[in-house]
Amino acid sequence: MIRSLIAPNKAASGPADPASAACNRSNQTTLFQLLRYPDAEAATGGRASLPGSLLSAFCFLLSLPAYAVQHFPPPDFTTGHKLPVTATPPPRAEWLAYMDIGVLIAALMLATYFVLWKRNRRAIGGLSIFSLAYFGFYRHGCVCSIGAIQNVAQSIADPNIVLPVVAGAFFLLPLIFALFGGRVFCAAVCPLGAAQDIVLMKPSKAPDWLAQCLGVLPWIYLGAAVMYAAIGSAYIICRYDPFVAFFRFGGSVPMLVFGGGMLVLSMFVGRAYCRFLCPYGALLRLVSPLAKWKVTVTPDECVQCRLCEDACPFGEIRYPTPRDGGISRTEGKSRLAALILLLPVFIGMGAGLGYLASDKLAQVDPAVSLAKRVWLEDHGKVKGTTLETDAVRKHDTPKEEVYLQSLAIGKKYRYGSLALGGWIGLVIGLRLIGLSIRRRRSDYEADSAGCVACGRCYLSCPVERFRHGDAEAIKILEEYRA
Amino acid sequence: MSNDQDNKISRRQLIINGGWFVGLIGLGGVFGWIFGNSEKRMVWQIDPNKCIQCGKCALECVISPSASKCVHAHAMCGYCKLCLGFFMPTPNELNEGAENQQCPMGAIKRTYVEDPYYEYVIDEKLCIGCAVCVKGCTAFGNGSLFMQIRHDRCINCNECAIAKSCPSQAISRVPADKPYLLKNKEQNA
Ligand code: SF4
Ligand code: SF4
Ligand code: SF4
Ligand code: SF4
Repeated sequence: MIRSLIAPNKAASGPADPASAACNRSNQTTLFQLLRYPDAEAATGGRASLPGSLLSAFCFLLSLPAYAVQHFPPPDFTTGHKLPVTATPPPRAEWLAYMDIGVLIAALMLATYFVLWKRNRRAIGGLSIFSLAYFGFYRHGCVCSIGAIQNVAQSIADPNIVLPVVAGAFFLLPLIFALFGGRVFCAAVCPLGAAQDIVLMKPSKAPDWLAQCLGVLPWIYLGAAVMYAAIGSAYIICRYDPFVAFFRFGGSVPMLVFGGGMLVLSMFVGRAYCRFLCPYGALLRLVSPLAKWKVTVTPDECVQCRLCEDACPFGEIRYPTPRDGGISRTEGKSRLAALILLLPVFIGMGAGLGYLASDKLAQVDPAVSLAKRVWLEDHGKVKGTTLETDAVRKHDTPKEEVYLQSLAIGKKYRYGSLALGGWIGLVIGLRLIGLSIRRRRSDYEADSAGCVACGRCYLSCPVERFRHGDAEAIKILEEYRA
Repeated sequence: MSNDQDNKISRRQLIINGGWFVGLIGLGGVFGWIFGNSEKRMVWQIDPNKCIQCGKCALECVISPSASKCVHAHAMCGYCKLCLGFFMPTPNELNEGAENQQCPMGAIKRTYVEDPYYEYVIDEKLCIGCAVCVKGCTAFGNGSLFMQIRHDRCINCNECAIAKSCPSQAISRVPADKPYLLKNKEQNA
């Protein structure tokens, strides 16, 4: 697949077993003659029937090493017949790939404009429908920024893999835009986000502890995806992309079920994939708190009317902290200190567990699982063969080669899963630390990491509606100001 | 008290600003690295010498019918009268009757050229990429029929679904300016 597994076919140079081939040669030529002059053979030879003679030829031929052997020299036509040319339709034109990058930049700029300047939910929604159509259905959801993580990871890990410019651009541009305007990519450009956003009907609030626990998953997913891509075994983000099957109008049944389930879930739990799985969302979470211009419920002064409290379907509006905050300062501080001291323990435990699981994780690699199967078959531990092991035997790939490759990859997995385990420990530890840090907030504000800039809360804020010239909002405002 | 708060805010702002510049420089670095190192667009292709004609091409591709189809290198073809890519192992008669043909779609056209030669041409619109004919031709003929991913159909998935399940790992990325791995040497050059 990504890495070549079996050495270039050597069988083309000749039959595997020269001795038996030589003693069969005379027999062989007559039988091959039969294929070229089947009627002549049937008419002159003493054979009973055409099918009968062919059957024996067939049985004989089955026993031959069958690799790209030029059985019949191509003919010299006396009639001057011209050979048809094999058509080789070219791939999608290169300029179209650059057009995709152009569309991505334009959509990101428009999204930034709609989210931060226009502050218009309608416009954001409109743009996300366009993105769903273009990046989703027209481009079949490929390549997307989420999947591009893997191209980048693999090309960093393996210098032989060139990174396609488009994948690089899709990986970087949303992050760069996030450095300026937060997650405008999620707001209106990502086709997966758009698909979930459009179906959202009746958002229910996930309990905070559950959201916090599930919020660790994207980081774990990110780590696993980077590991598998860096080793070159699989692109798991593409494999388990829930919506890509819809974008292509077809896919395996389990993925269609998973995608359908995700869509139904997203009707009631806002952007379930974004919040609890998306690894690119995890990266954006890192960058968007640094944004130059942050998404705010209103840029004007908050009147503490609490109308926006439940406006965010994704639970990303943070409330002002109560003056007499829950636990005492000293207690909070000592808990924080304990957690920070425990962090290396978490990492170490994770790394240890990862190391122990490395053999299991390595089974995802086709070369590793193949070598295991070959070994089991050769030692009579399992009955029968698989298509994969048949291929090895058919190509006469030396067994040592199969085993050596598996060993080399297995070694990479030991480091990889060690790192992955440590990463998971780190992520969990940091999440716990994050939970015990309390920031003082005097107003209602959108969480700068989690906010996907969908613009729904703008509609709920009377100060904001007033800014847009909503007459009704004035009344509400006066009530609260009084 | 209020002074303390101001200090805190400005310290926080300082950290964020610092992070911003680090982020910008970091992303800029990655940007430079990516465009320094990436050049070629890559597309998926089958190495016909590794393919074992398992038939998964027809089933696994995300588009249907599959983007992987049979192609014919005519210059390699023996023009056999009895082509076991075309005919069933034991045909009743050597004619184009559907019951005599391997291809489930009737996608191979057989025409008489001159004695004893017959020409076999793939009608790609009909081919579903089941590799049945390729198997026959590779085993008993010259191997002039072989599987290729057709780039007028392939949508170039980031992870090709066939590559993922191909039992002989025959599919890998190739540069987009040489998008085919044809068997015929003249055509490859
Ligand atoms: S969180 Fe992920 S899936 Fe959701 S909109 Fe952002 S990038 Fe797309
Ligand atoms: S899946 Fe692989 S082995 Fe099977 S027909 Fe396609 S290229 Fe050949
Ligand atoms: S037998 Fe299968 S691969 Fe060959 S031409 Fe027919 S449909 Fe295509
Ligand atoms: S890249 Fe996608 S469309 Fe192309 S052959 Fe593979 S699965 Fe089919």
